[in-house]
Amino acid sequence: MTGAGCSGCAAAGPVTGAAAERPGLPTHELILPTIHCSGCIRSVETLLNARPDIASARVNLSRKRVVISAAPDADPAPWVSALAGIGFEAHEARGVTSEKKDDGLVLRLGIAGFAMMNVMLLSVAVWSGATDSTRDFLHWIAAAIALPAALYCAQPFFVSAWSALRVRRLNMDVPISLAILLASGLSLYETMVGGEYAYFDAALALTFFLLGGRVLETRMRRAARSAAADLAALEPNRVTRVDGETRANCPVDEVRAGDTLWLAAGSRVPVDGLLLGQAAQVDRSALTGESDAIEVAEGDVLTAGDVMLSGPVTLRTTVDASGSTLRRLIQLASVAEGARSRYTSLASRAAGVYAPLVHGLSFAAFLGWAYATGDIYYALTIAIATLIITCPCALGLAVPAVSTVATGRLFRAGVLVKSETALERLAEVDTVVFDKTGTLSDSALVSGTDMPDDALAVLKALARASNHPLSRSVLPALAGITAADVTGISEHRGAGIKGAYNGVDVALGDAGWIGQGRGTVLQIGTQTYPLARRERALPEAAETIRNLRAMGLGVHMLTGDSLANADRMAAQLDVDNVHAAVSPEMKQTLIHDLQAEGRKVLMVGDGLNDTLALTQAWASIAPGTALEASQNAADVVLLGQRLSGIGTVLYIARSARRRILENFALAALYNMIAIPLALAGFATPLMAALAMSTSSLTVTLNALRTRAAP
Amino acid sequence: MNILVILVPSSLILGLGALIAFVWTLRNDQYDDLEGDAARILLDDDETPDPPD
Repeated sequence: MTGAGCSGCAAAGPVTGAAAERPGLPTHELILPTIHCSGCIRSVETLLNARPDIASARVNLSRKRVVISAAPDADPAPWVSALAGIGFEAHEARGVTSEKKDDGLVLRLGIAGFAMMNVMLLSVAVWSGATDSTRDFLHWIAAAIALPAALYCAQPFFVSAWSALRVRRLNMDVPISLAILLASGLSLYETMVGGEYAYFDAALALTFFLLGGRVLETRMRRAARSAAADLAALEPNRVTRVDGETRANCPVDEVRAGDTLWLAAGSRVPVDGLLLGQAAQVDRSALTGESDAIEVAEGDVLTAGDVMLSGPVTLRTTVDASGSTLRRLIQLASVAEGARSRYTSLASRAAGVYAPLVHGLSFAAFLGWAYATGDIYYALTIAIATLIITCPCALGLAVPAVSTVATGRLFRAGVLVKSETALERLAEVDTVVFDKTGTLSDSALVSGTDMPDDALAVLKALARASNHPLSRSVLPALAGITAADVTGISEHRGAGIKGAYNGVDVALGDAGWIGQGRGTVLQIGTQTYPLARRERALPEAAETIRNLRAMGLGVHMLTGDSLANADRMAAQLDVDNVHAAVSPEMKQTLIHDLQAEGRKVLMVGDGLNDTLALTQAWASIAPGTALEASQNAADVVLLGQRLSGIGTVLYIARSARRRILENFALAALYNMIAIPLALAGFATPLMAALAMSTSSLTVTLNALRTRAAP
Repeated sequence: MNILVILVPSSLILGLGALIAFVWTLRNDQYDDLEGDAARILLDDDETPDPPD
């Protein structure tokens, strides 16, 4: 977070029994992307728990959500606006996530840890010199703890190894399962014959460390899934349906062809339809990349994804919600063969080399010793010791530990990582291709140059009163103006804001609603001033592009907009490679060509016209303002329009990749020392325990060095 | 070595106690929101009277 103050904390009121117990099942979930401290928790819980229609509300800070139990059919819209009133952005989550908990794995981890520690205690006694019957006694107790614990805790590995073997393939879990089973079996045999070496602690340490890696992996996967769900929730999922005289809120999915929908100015068209009533202006940049507003008249087609710039309007839908352009594109993007499905992660590539190597070595050791000594039992012990000592404890932890640290850092920086291999691919990127409209620039309403100062002051006072994106966009240009003292301000939903200034009626809003002019106008008494829409670069765009270039990346800009608009923006942002007036297919081709030259392209785009390019690229990022279809297609989504996040993502991705490779090197180093000893027959249970624990701890500590900033 | 008869069971019982405690915390969803729990200790929301506005 770039020093974003917590606007809500200041407003934290007294606590009225905020500590919610847990009465009833959760019925609703709201996503609160901006909460970050105890003051936020208190403000949100105090506000929600004070409402009569909410039985209880409890904030989950790690997931940045609030879980609410209320009547199942309660409408969360008033809660969202109440939260917005105290400064918290909130979105309704689609359906309460009925998450399958990873408790099973954590429980196994706990049991493995408990068993490992106790067996280690017993082993220390053996290592420090217990002999004969004492040693046998300690071994038997260790066996009684270790065998059931190992069999229960290592089940996930057995299951996965078996399913791989059944289709005649080797995965990482095959050597793991083999090592655990053989270590337990060999130790049991040694115990029964009163032998010297038992590897019970090694079997359990192996299980414990690998389960640790597995738990981290599951958490990551769950975080990625919940990130995807969060994004889906940012899309409006309720619309206002007009039914005769009544207006009702209903979920988008229930919209049928022929329905009449009411849309406020600034809202996105949810389903394709025909405009009813007056003419209006729409922003079609999501579909075409054009930044100029488009005039539509009664009966014209509005496509899902268009943004209404004037309104309110009504439209008659021509298709069901499931058949809308938006949905079709979402489906198209989800079936597209992207780079991510072709990419093999570093971990699986390492496993591909590792598994055959370990098995080969152990088998060679068995054959070698059997040939040299003729003692099958002794050869078998050495082969098993080799398998145990080389087992990929560190390897199993190396990748999940780093990825967990990296995605956690990114989540705190407002970046959601959706794909599991995204970070690895992002680290390899050498070219960044930006879409222009909506990604590097947005459109703002600007006041005409002929406006007198008191009109600007009134404009500021009115615009400040509303949270509407259009009125918000006026404000940056009015930074030097003192707001006028406008009284009796009222917002007319979807149409505009009214008030009184020096006894004269003033209004800001849609021309159709005010009754004069075109587009958005400011009215003072009888005088009206039109507000023009102009494209401007996002505040962090120029700096972000400079930073990326400093990191040694090539920067390109693609847009469906006209060459003149593109050139103006390129000059402002200092981009040399500009491709203007390109269709979605051409965007994809351009990226394909760049990649054919051997470049690894990162595509950053927000529009529907970018989805093909996003899937084609080696890696992809979408801003939080992007449409669901583009966010689905992207690997990484930035919350809000904070472009500086792109630099952070690339930096962390590179740092994470370095850590992963270092971890592999560390694991290999340990094995290079341990394997010759094991092959030579010098391996003892003590050595196995030391090698396993030290290497696991080193890779975990090394993972923590994954850093967010230079 | 007779001391082992006391020491081994007592170490096992202590270990089991810790394991049972761990399972209890797990069942009580105490690992759901680690960040939130860290933040919540700063809230003085127990039986104190409401401060005046």
